[in-house]
Amino acid sequence: MHGRRSRFLTVMITLGLAFFYIPMILLVVYSFNYSKLVPVWGGWSTRWYKVLFASEEVWGAVSLSLKIALVNASFATIFGLLAALSMVRFGQFRGRTLFGGMLVAPLVMPEVITGLSLLVLFITLRQVFGWPENRGFATITIAHITFSMAYVAVTIQARLTGMGQSLEEAASDLGAKPFKVLTAITIPRLMPALVSGWLLAFTLSLDDLVIASFVTGPGATTLPILIFSRIRLGLRPDINALATIIILVVAVCIAIAALIMFRQQKRDLLDQQLAKHVK
Amino acid sequence: MNEQTKSVNRTSAEPRSLLPSRVGRQIQKHWRLIVITIPFVWLLLFFLLPFFIVAKISVAELKIASPPFSNMFEWTDGGIVTVRIVFDNFIYIMTDNLYFDTYLNSVKIAAVSTFFCLLFGYPIAYGIVRSGPLAKPIFLFLVILPFWTSFLLRVYAWMGLLSDQGTINSILIALGIINEPIQMLYTEFAVYIGIVYTYMPFMILPLYANLEKLDGSLNEAAADLGSRPTNTFFKVTLPLTMPGVIAGSLLVFIPATGEYVIPDLLGGGNVQMIGRVLYNEFSRNTDWPVASAVALTMLFLLVLPIIVFQYYQGKSTGGK
Amino acid sequence: MIEKSNVDDTTWHTDDKTKPLVQIKGLTKKFGDVIAVDNVDLDIYQGELFCLLGGSGCGKSTLLRMLAGFEYPEAGTISIDGMDMSNVPAYERPTNMMFQSYALFPHMTVEKNIAFGLQQDVMPKDEIADRVHDILKLVELEGYKKRRPQQLSGGQRQRVALARSLVKEPKLLLLDEPLAALDKKLRKQTQFELANIQEQVGVTFIVVTHDQEEAMTLSSRMAVMDAGRFKQIGTPTEIYEFPESRFVADFIGSANIFEGRVSEDGSDHVRVSTNVGEVYINHGQSVAENKQIWVGLRPEKIHLSITPPKNTGPNQIMGQVEDIGYLGETSIYKVRLQNGQIVDVTAPNQRRPMNRTHSITWEDTVFLSWEPESVMLLTS
Repeated sequence: MHGRRSRFLTVMITLGLAFFYIPMILLVVYSFNYSKLVPVWGGWSTRWYKVLFASEEVWGAVSLSLKIALVNASFATIFGLLAALSMVRFGQFRGRTLFGGMLVAPLVMPEVITGLSLLVLFITLRQVFGWPENRGFATITIAHITFSMAYVAVTIQARLTGMGQSLEEAASDLGAKPFKVLTAITIPRLMPALVSGWLLAFTLSLDDLVIASFVTGPGATTLPILIFSRIRLGLRPDINALATIIILVVAVCIAIAALIMFRQQKRDLLDQQLAKHVK
Repeated sequence: MNEQTKSVNRTSAEPRSLLPSRVGRQIQKHWRLIVITIPFVWLLLFFLLPFFIVAKISVAELKIASPPFSNMFEWTDGGIVTVRIVFDNFIYIMTDNLYFDTYLNSVKIAAVSTFFCLLFGYPIAYGIVRSGPLAKPIFLFLVILPFWTSFLLRVYAWMGLLSDQGTINSILIALGIINEPIQMLYTEFAVYIGIVYTYMPFMILPLYANLEKLDGSLNEAAADLGSRPTNTFFKVTLPLTMPGVIAGSLLVFIPATGEYVIPDLLGGGNVQMIGRVLYNEFSRNTDWPVASAVALTMLFLLVLPIIVFQYYQGKSTGGK
Repeated sequence: MIEKSNVDDTTWHTDDKTKPLVQIKGLTKKFGDVIAVDNVDLDIYQGELFCLLGGSGCGKSTLLRMLAGFEYPEAGTISIDGMDMSNVPAYERPTNMMFQSYALFPHMTVEKNIAFGLQQDVMPKDEIADRVHDILKLVELEGYKKRRPQQLSGGQRQRVALARSLVKEPKLLLLDEPLAALDKKLRKQTQFELANIQEQVGVTFIVVTHDQEEAMTLSSRMAVMDAGRFKQIGTPTEIYEFPESRFVADFIGSANIFEGRVSEDGSDHVRVSTNVGEVYINHGQSVAENKQIWVGLRPEKIHLSITPPKNTGPNQIMGQVEDIGYLGETSIYKVRLQNGQIVDVTAPNQRRPMNRTHSITWEDTVFLSWEPESVMLLTS
């Protein structure tokens, strides 16, 4: 029971949401603008979409970004899961504070610093080991996994602590060894968090500009790098078209993730209510 | 937990593993260790190690070489190692006005942006908490959605709005309020808008989480004891949401200080922030030692807030 | 011999000169389609300890919250001390509430929690300090000023909550299930303490509870509530001995209920013929003859005997003991009557027979009888 929402608060929410969405809506609207000068309206047209689809550069960048994102999301989810389990379920172990710190730091650290340090690492590695010879797909992916993993870990940690251990304890009581409990009980129950963690890592990777700029090499242009180089020079309607497509895709992905988490919440609520009755 | 750990070590009856080999059994026995080690090693290698290398470079000299800095250790013919550590870089950045001013400017911009995020974000978070059970998840969804669409494109959207031929100026001119377009793009003002716009969800979500957990009956108790709504807010609600306020503020302030994209796209050359300086120093001037020194100093100055952040995170989640 | 007219109740309400402190008229509250409080009237007088008793969902908490000002009614008025509260917000009402969850401010010490209410009125600091000190003395928590709520036990928190709500000396103190969170032993102890404090301080208390024992112990007067309405209002004795409906008879304590028809209605007696025999009640109550009516008997008021009664007549039944529940100090006998109905009879275990646990045992044929004045006439 939190009381009613005053008019002031309602106004603030409306203004806030308008503030968030009007720029994006305009972005979409102008993607259909016939005129080349973005803010000047010249009539409805889809010509920029055609320009966009015709560009080889764009397709190259899209495919590279997607590849990186896929690999990154998968590995980041696995590592993030392992990290979250370690932090939440394993109690105290040597180096726990350090580990926890390393998991939180990427979330807060300015990207230029992470990017710079990773580039420096790769260069040093090349000096000492000869690898990586050329920076690009591999280095970007490694960089992305490193920071995505932190985000995934936080997501899963939250879910893990919220989930409670009673089911795991029941399984243990019935004779299941800890590893079995993990694979048969914990991980299946974490599925929604794993899925949303994967999506989070995927999106972060697709969106990353700064870190990718630092650790990339010749020939490896990701989508954000491409967009950035184009918009630095000014406004371009084909970028608006690209933006529209991206917004659409992301919205759909989020909706799916939100739905999954929502259903999980409902199921949890039901479980809790049942538990109350059993008592 | 302790009992489970003991049982792993005391497996008298070997568990039937998927890998019947010795390796398989070792994995079963030490699976905990493996789980911890994999991400741990990765982070040590790709997160911690780089910082040590950066630290090493920051105490080196600039050299025309690839990589462009001197080696820390030099072997002389007699097999003696000389260590060259130079702190010139740090002295340079602390005395050179450019770096000092830029850093201060970054802090100022980040702080002001954080303040506005708080000012607007708090009522929004509060309003969502007070919404009906159907509206709440919808509002949260609407708040989170922009955060997940491309950061770059959202900044780009503001370029379109703020430019001289942009939407805002066009509307103002069309309405007759002004005759000439107002310069908004490539100003500090644009940078403020950009940061507040992109970082607002980071402020709203921790605030929401904190407010949501508050006991609604506390507000009623305060009213019952004679406290007017404004007084109740400042004496009861706000103090109890301090952890959320701090978490949100740190999540905005720290990354914002090192922002690169926003000052570049929305501020043009006119707004100097330390993130851009670092990037330029590194890529254009290839003065790695100085860039590393800047990075390290920045890190040190930001490490303290991160520790504070960790502390408050631990407090709110009741860490083990 | 208890008759309704000489039941000892300090009759605030029969004294026409005393105006009630709280006057509720036609109060209705809806939540969507659900009617939580249904057109109720109630008068409460200065100095009473009034209990609202009912099961969950009966509307008692809603009524209390409307008195406090946290809910606004759809219809009806509340006036406190002659002032209409319709447009008065919670923070301006002369009421204070003690919350079920205590609602202590976690970021303030005990001292600051209690002082909070006083700080909202313009009061000099020393006076606040004195009042806080005095009230802490009253609830026996003197050394706990600087503690925080998290550092206190449940019982201590409850007393802080009470202190905080009393320190402003409100005209009306509203208590929402004040003892619900305490364990049984503490609850019994606190019941008496609460009643004592009320007497000492003289503030009018309105207590909401679902615990009938609590209501009976604490209240000077009480109302039994169900589905948003008052089923009966009266002193504990009135409600227990003279319930007006089957609901109330069954809600407080337990009752055996027989259906019947009024065969004779006199000025000082009533006869009811039921399907288990004739019942004679020796006090008058205006009921129409031939009207359908119910008769209630409390288990402790029925005599159980193996030997048949000397005279036949009304107020007697025969049955067979089907089950016995041994409770230590009493036993419950479940007696099956000839028509199949089961009657509960409780009797104290006054003797310890030599070879058996009870003097009356399973499958014994027994004779039940009762005094005419013990009969409760239930009109609904």
